[in-house]
Amino acid sequence: METAQPHITAQDLTMAYGDFLIQKDLNFSINRGDIFIIMGGSGCGKSTLLKIMIGLKSPATGDVFYDGEPFWASGDAGREATKRKFGTLFQSGALWSSMTLAENIGLALQQFTDLGDAEIREVAAYKLMLVGLAGFEDYYPNEISGGMKKRAGLARAMALDPEILFFDEPSAGLDPISAKLLDDLILELCESLGTTVVIVTHELASMFAIGNNSVFLDPLTKTQLATGNPNELRDHHSNFDVRNFLQRGKAKDEAA
Amino acid sequence: MSKAALSLVEGDQESLAISLSGDWLLAGELPGPDPVLDRLRTSPKPTSLAFDSQELGEWDTGLVKTLVAINQSAGAIGVQVDDTGLPAGARRLVALAFAVEEREGARRIFKRKKFLEQVGESVTEALESAKELLTFTGELVLSCMRFLRGKATYQRSDFWQYIQEAGAEAFPIVSLICFLIGMILAFVGVMQLTMFGAGIYTADLVAVAMVREMSAIMTGIVMAGRTGAAYAAQIGTMKVNEEVDALTTLGMNPIDYLVTPRVVALIVMMPLLTVYGSLMGILGGAIVGVAMLDVSMLQYASQTINSLHLNSLFGGLFKSIVYGVLIALAGCQQGMACGNSALAVGQSTTKAVVMGIVLIVVSASILTIIYINLGI
Repeated sequence: METAQPHITAQDLTMAYGDFLIQKDLNFSINRGDIFIIMGGSGCGKSTLLKIMIGLKSPATGDVFYDGEPFWASGDAGREATKRKFGTLFQSGALWSSMTLAENIGLALQQFTDLGDAEIREVAAYKLMLVGLAGFEDYYPNEISGGMKKRAGLARAMALDPEILFFDEPSAGLDPISAKLLDDLILELCESLGTTVVIVTHELASMFAIGNNSVFLDPLTKTQLATGNPNELRDHHSNFDVRNFLQRGKAKDEAA
Repeated sequence: MSKAALSLVEGDQESLAISLSGDWLLAGELPGPDPVLDRLRTSPKPTSLAFDSQELGEWDTGLVKTLVAINQSAGAIGVQVDDTGLPAGARRLVALAFAVEEREGARRIFKRKKFLEQVGESVTEALESAKELLTFTGELVLSCMRFLRGKATYQRSDFWQYIQEAGAEAFPIVSLICFLIGMILAFVGVMQLTMFGAGIYTADLVAVAMVREMSAIMTGIVMAGRTGAAYAAQIGTMKVNEEVDALTTLGMNPIDYLVTPRVVALIVMMPLLTVYGSLMGILGGAIVGVAMLDVSMLQYASQTINSLHLNSLFGGLFKSIVYGVLIALAGCQQGMACGNSALAVGQSTTKAVVMGIVLIVVSASILTIIYINLGI
């Protein structure tokens, strides 16, 4: 299963809303099993990049390649097939409010597998156990707390055992302990399952704790300033802005 | 893909080894944990469980959920589980699944309610919602007083927006509906009245029916579906997004700010729309009447004017005001009572329309009886 080929590659990606340029010339690659962080200041286009990667918004130019296959150039049918390998956790969970947690998780299983109702319920119960929500199968999303919604969203994202998990600000709105627990959970799950993870975040603590690859987007120059392991970027990157961002504005402007 | 299989190997000292082979994928056929669970139930029960996964191919959730089931039943009867024989990933996932204990009392148990219990609950609910509606009406009346005295806080521009939405923007649909209703009334009148040579009284029929009843009621139903639903959806969505709470914490009364301007806008616009609707209905009736009867436009017009009394007009206008109050009340009350999800917004909107139409029809009947008794 291991291939030397990167799992995800972005090539000359340019993102724009109409005439308004967001980011240009993005080039990075993500290996199988990486935990890849998309970081940068507010409004630099992190979430837009994520939307392009999961197929919600088309890029102005360039393309994203999954296992060497172009994503946007492959047409609707090809894109649907690739999307089957994705799991996505949205910022506030985006659980369907008319369904119980078990039904939220079961929808994808019902659509894309031949499992019977009882088996789907078993899988849903197991996924909820994994995220620490055992026994909450019959709750509706508006009956649980924000942190529980995030974890239920994670269980839903993992319903089909995806190869790639996308997270949009997973720890936003969580207390530090819950955020840490969620980070640990992501790390544990990805190591156990060998999943590739793409995370949009500006939580420095979680970037350093779990990320082993990243891209840094800059809103001023409208392009990427750095890519690589966030820990190394923090300590050794040549660009001051990158170090300053990662050190919470405390970097010394050395002329080295 | 090789088929998944599970076999039991009895070891010495009552230990049990479970040997797993093949590809354990959700997409394939899985044997399920039943042989192991059955063995655990028969005595003498094994003292420990071990796994052998030498022959195991690819695996995913299909394997782990089986392992979780085995672990659960083994744990329940106190059998030791030795997981060293499992792939490292699966071992960690099983551990993770048991890392957080099930919260006590979290699981829901569904039990059927008895008939009397159900009846009792619906009656209490109905009483509760009636009480809510009354409270809301009371608050609305107080808020309207503040509005009239100029003491309510609201955005003037919002108010004019509501006036436009409930007035000018409703013209096309009100025109269409009332015009067609006028034509239908005229058709019926021409057919029936010409039988005894009173065809010209079609003009009276259309004019009186439109001005006294039909224009107000049709406009009311259109507005319940259009504006009442919009009010419920707007306020309901604001409730879900905590926008209403944001107003409250600013010290602003959400009823003054959100509800009263909408209600007043509809109360002001309903009579105007009704007058306009009556005109459209009479016009529709006139076209049919002139085309099917042997009368000129002038004759038809003078017959119409002679048939109308000021009382009929005022009666119709009063009704339209009442309908306006009821539609706005239903829409805003449902919006303010909206729950905290997308689903709840839909339910509130539906309830607002249904409640609006029911209130219109019921009040129309009551008002008609009162008018008859008063001789209007």
